[in-house]
Amino acid sequence: MRTDVHTINEHTPHQDLTEGLMMFAAGTSKEFHTGEWRTNTPVYHADLCKQCLLCTPVCPDSSIPVKDSKRGDFDYDHCKGCGICAKVCPFGAIEMKEGR
Amino acid sequence: MARKERMSGNEAVSYAIKQVNPDVMPAFPITPSTEIPQMVSAYIANGEMDTEFIPVESEHSSMSATIGAEAAGARSLTATSSAGLALMWEELLLAASNRMPCALTLVNRTLSGPININCDHSDGMGARDTGWIQIYAESNQEVYDNFIQAYPIAEDPRVHLPIMICQDGFITSHAVMNIELLEDQEVKDFVGEYHPEEFLLNPGKPIAVGPYSVTNYAMEAKKNQEIALENSKKVILEVAKKFEALSGRSYGLFEEYRTEDADYIMLLIGSAAGTAKQAVDDLRAQGKKVGVIKLRVFRPFPAEELADALKNCKAVAIMDRTESYNGNGGPLGSEVMAGLFRKKVMITAVNYIYGLAGRDFTVDDVYEIFAELEEAQIKGTEIEQFKYVGLR
Repeated sequence: MRTDVHTINEHTPHQDLTEGLMMFAAGTSKEFHTGEWRTNTPVYHADLCKQCLLCTPVCPDSSIPVKDSKRGDFDYDHCKGCGICAKVCPFGAIEMKEGR
Repeated sequence: MARKERMSGNEAVSYAIKQVNPDVMPAFPITPSTEIPQMVSAYIANGEMDTEFIPVESEHSSMSATIGAEAAGARSLTATSSAGLALMWEELLLAASNRMPCALTLVNRTLSGPININCDHSDGMGARDTGWIQIYAESNQEVYDNFIQAYPIAEDPRVHLPIMICQDGFITSHAVMNIELLEDQEVKDFVGEYHPEEFLLNPGKPIAVGPYSVTNYAMEAKKNQEIALENSKKVILEVAKKFEALSGRSYGLFEEYRTEDADYIMLLIGSAAGTAKQAVDDLRAQGKKVGVIKLRVFRPFPAEELADALKNCKAVAIMDRTESYNGNGGPLGSEVMAGLFRKKVMITAVNYIYGLAGRDFTVDDVYEIFAELEEAQIKGTEIEQFKYVGLR
């Protein structure tokens, strides 16, 4: 029953799908680009950012990558553009722009 | 070696649960199924079984926890009745679509309102299209036997679907009758240990259960689920055959009682079959060619098999112990008639509604229905459809 889910696509006939559409792999949500749903886009102004990191824990989609205690630019493959980060930023370092 | 005992239906199914000793049982009490979690808890407290009992705060939670435990790799079950089943509605569908072979012992009680605690099939019938296998019982013996067959059916790789083992509230659940019990070891050998191929608590082999499915996949998943339910018919019969070899008691999709040469047949579900059989014996003694079909497996629905079983009679009374509020009769009536039409079996078929909210259904009622079928057949008259039996 264990199937490589990467071999399944939108043309796979029903007999070849997994039972109950179970996923036999970990971390597959990364491959689902929810960023495509975005209608507003946060823009990161690194020059205004103080690296307080208030924005990272409030992001519902883990779309603000942190490396060596510093945030980088947004992961636009997964950011849905909710704007919570822009609201929480005390320094105006995140600006919401209309559209993708 | 079989043991003779006397038990109520709730005691019988609780005893079967004890013998199967599943891994997890989350449950919330509701009349008339309350005794089941109560008795199972007592068995656990007395060290007679080691099931993990979870006293949850609602039936929404009991079914959720049952699904969670099953997905984690544990053989799990719950028990409920009436409004409890209604509160599980969302999760019932998830148990089936996630292909969880968990069990539910349902003690059939009417759904409100008017609020009432007594037997009819409105709860089980309300859940008839949730994707569960549904097996109904006439007696405490049958509910015991059906529960022992439950996991071997549900866990079969051709099936992997949840299973509902139903009995009539109070009439079966609380009435004490003679029963023949199997030995613990016989039950354990019959049901076997549960070793799922894929489960959540399986280090190194990650899975995700119940992921979001976009339109391009959901329809195919539903077809696969439907195929599994169709497959279960064969598995139910295979398991019944093995169970007969063990117990000497024979089960099928339905039971045919004195129908070989019957001109008139009453088709019904559950405890009222006993009443109908008594009436049939009395009428047979008077030379009337009458019989009973008691439907055991309602899901998957044996439409073709029932049409075959009915094709040689002149008229059938299809008895629904629920009101469907659709202006077109009860679920059993509608489904049997659809099956008859598809097989081009053009006998007279009359749908009756009986026994709602615990209303008595008597041998005299059965005499009257058979008399009505016979009279209409002889005179060529029509009988009113989905008439309430014994309505004032």
